[in-house]
Amino acid sequence: MGVVTLTIDNKEVKAKEEMTVLEAAQSAGIDIPTLCHHEKLEPYTACRLCMVEVESRGRVKLDTACSSPVKENMVVRTKTEDIIKIRRTLLELMLSHAPDSRELQALVKEYGADKDRFEKEASFCIHCGLCVRYCAEVKKKSAVGFINSGVRREISFVPEIASKECWNCKECFELCPTEALQTAYLFTVAQISDSPSFELESEK
Amino acid sequence: MAQIKSPEELEKVRQGILSGRDPSKPSISVCAGSACLASGAAEVIAAFKAEIKKQGLEADVDTKGAGCPGFCERGPVVVIYPEEICYLQVKPEDVSEIVSSTIKEKKVIDRLLYVDPSTGEKAVHEYDIPFYKKQMRLVIGDNIKIDPKSIDDYLAVGGYSALGKVIRSMTPDQVIEEVSKSNLRGRSGSGFPAGFKWESCRKSEGEPKYIICNCHEGDPGAFADRRLLEATPHTVLEGMIIGCYAIGAAEGYIFVGDEFPQTVENARLAIKQAEEYGFLGKNILGSDFDLTIKVYIDGGGYVLGESSSLMASMEGKIGEPRTKYDHATDRGLWAKPTVLNNLQTWVNVPLIINQGADSFSKIGTEESTGTRVFSLTGKVNNIGMVEVPMGMTFREIVFDIGGGIRGNKKFKALQAGGPMGGFIPENLLDLQVDYEEMKKAGLAMGPGLIVADENTCIVDMVKYYLTFLANESCGKCTPCRDGLRHMLKIMNRITEGRGQKGDLELLEILSEVQKSAALCALGQGASDPLRASLKHFRDEYEAHIEEKRCPAGVCKVLSTALNI
Ligand SMILES: Cc1cc2nc3c(=O)[nH]c(=O)nc-3n(C[C@H](O)[C@H](O)[C@H](O)COP(=O)(O)O)c2cc1C
Ligand code: SF4
Repeated sequence: MGVVTLTIDNKEVKAKEEMTVLEAAQSAGIDIPTLCHHEKLEPYTACRLCMVEVESRGRVKLDTACSSPVKENMVVRTKTEDIIKIRRTLLELMLSHAPDSRELQALVKEYGADKDRFEKEASFCIHCGLCVRYCAEVKKKSAVGFINSGVRREISFVPEIASKECWNCKECFELCPTEALQTAYLFTVAQISDSPSFELESEK
Repeated sequence: MAQIKSPEELEKVRQGILSGRDPSKPSISVCAGSACLASGAAEVIAAFKAEIKKQGLEADVDTKGAGCPGFCERGPVVVIYPEEICYLQVKPEDVSEIVSSTIKEKKVIDRLLYVDPSTGEKAVHEYDIPFYKKQMRLVIGDNIKIDPKSIDDYLAVGGYSALGKVIRSMTPDQVIEEVSKSNLRGRSGSGFPAGFKWESCRKSEGEPKYIICNCHEGDPGAFADRRLLEATPHTVLEGMIIGCYAIGAAEGYIFVGDEFPQTVENARLAIKQAEEYGFLGKNILGSDFDLTIKVYIDGGGYVLGESSSLMASMEGKIGEPRTKYDHATDRGLWAKPTVLNNLQTWVNVPLIINQGADSFSKIGTEESTGTRVFSLTGKVNNIGMVEVPMGMTFREIVFDIGGGIRGNKKFKALQAGGPMGGFIPENLLDLQVDYEEMKKAGLAMGPGLIVADENTCIVDMVKYYLTFLANESCGKCTPCRDGLRHMLKIMNRITEGRGQKGDLELLEILSEVQKSAALCALGQGASDPLRASLKHFRDEYEAHIEEKRCPAGVCKVLSTALNI
């Protein structure tokens, strides 16, 4: 297996060639914030918090560290002024959904984010998709999914699957950086127990 | 029709069709494009057929529903051959007079002619009408002569001769070289050199290879791509077939929405006819080149026009964009080498092969060659589909071809490039249709041009685009989804008279972060109209915020905004 050498924040880092920039940085003790990333899941590149500046073969661009493959002689900068500004604004946008999320709070100070910058939103969900992807990719159940698109996108349990699968799993609960998932789950349970088919289902 | 087995036989078939047609025989072409059909073209065609039967002229006069010539504003459009007399806004009641006077007695009916609103002059022929005069109609010029449902009509105007030439005398490499030399660039607005894309795909090792014609065109107000496919489906097919030959692809797809059933119907019929004639299928024109082309009905949604979500949706996955590190020409559809080009890119291919790259590249500017078909709409006199040489200024398009602003109002701005485009204010109207020039001005060369007059509120128009994108974005990534959400909230506030100090700065920060941090080009371009409007029309925003006043008188306190 090949090894490549790259520079991350002026530090020379050796990485396996199949690694991502995020993995290479982590192996060298360089911290890049993430939210939608999870080792067991495919890179999703949706929260955009892990954006870094990547310079390779003379081209400089911003890219998500969680997906960007390492390359020989690549130069990575994880905390430029632009990146700090991007992360601050992204955090502020997410804080409008989940002002008391611990994961977000942990980053607020470092990036100087103002949790009241944007008007608060009715939905707690920050759409990291951890629950949706964990259930689909690891548990292969797809009991929870996204519904609608654009600004109307929300998570939702599929009652038919959730009623059978979730009660003794709930592994996704601890992945959720906000309270959205539990809320959605309780809502589904309430819905299921309201429906006539629930009784039939439980009498079986 | 038996399959045509060689390029030589194709020419014989063509001669056969032409010899059965008398160019001096009177013939009536009625535009049967979607816009003309909506204004009653089908009834006009039926009336002509009935009238000709009534007058016993069936053997002497041909009648056909033809492809859209572009002057949608004045439809139904009727052209009488061989004199090429052009009548506009024809109604079924006019038909018997046209047959009696114009067809039988060769008399022109004045009241159905085009009248120049500024000079009062009448135009008898299509080519005398100012709307057409300044256009260069290399791609759409024959539309009115062709019934899109008739492959013989296409053959009669020289159709599939480029394919014949390619099969007879060109290797795939020579085709690619010709396309590269022509400097044909991506008509989606990308400006990416088509020849380079084709060559990368040809050289890529994976098999099989695919090509896709992107006719998604989800931009609100744009209709050029779909109208072209509807009017001249065989030109699209011929371009795609030549492309597949050059690239070494065995399958092609036309990716199109079914909001316009006519477009899909014509495309499907054209494929069937091309199969029957041996332009598709096995051993095309007797060569060892096999190809199938299929229509793929997209599920709607603006973002599906984007390359990675388009391919994902064709693979049956969720149609949302993905971060990719491979070029589609190496790993595209089903992870196989794929060329995705815009419909208008494909349409130019037969022209390039027929004319030769040298002659094609003389049209337009140094770096932007050929012509461009736009749909021109909004507060302009002549709404329709227009084809102009690259290098023409937008002033010429709006005032000479478009005939200026409706109701003698003042011009305010031209919106170009759709929801990810920008605005051209009066003082920049001399900007040329040219990839580089437009890019410098922060504009994309999308298919739609929308004219705004003094009664259009730019703030409201930008809000409309943001609302559109807030719904059409897939909602996957934070800067696009939540950026749009909060931009829209601020815009709603401003247009409802609740704008605050600092709102414009906040919009600017959001748009900046969105541009550099969004996952796909939708989010990256989503605030381009906003940014352009803040640059050119900041005073309108300030009037809304500081004076609580909408200068164009559009924004009412109770606006019908998307409330989120
Ligand atoms: C949100 C979005 C929508 C798009 N819609 C279209 C479309 O409707 N038609 C199109 O040809 N290209 C569209 N594109 C561009 C395509 O991704 C792709 O670049 C193009 O089809 C390539 O064709 P070309 O090289 O011939 O221009 C879109 C891109 C984005 C980001
Ligand atoms: S930029 Fe918008 S459309 Fe593109 S992936 Fe992100 S949310 Fe989806």
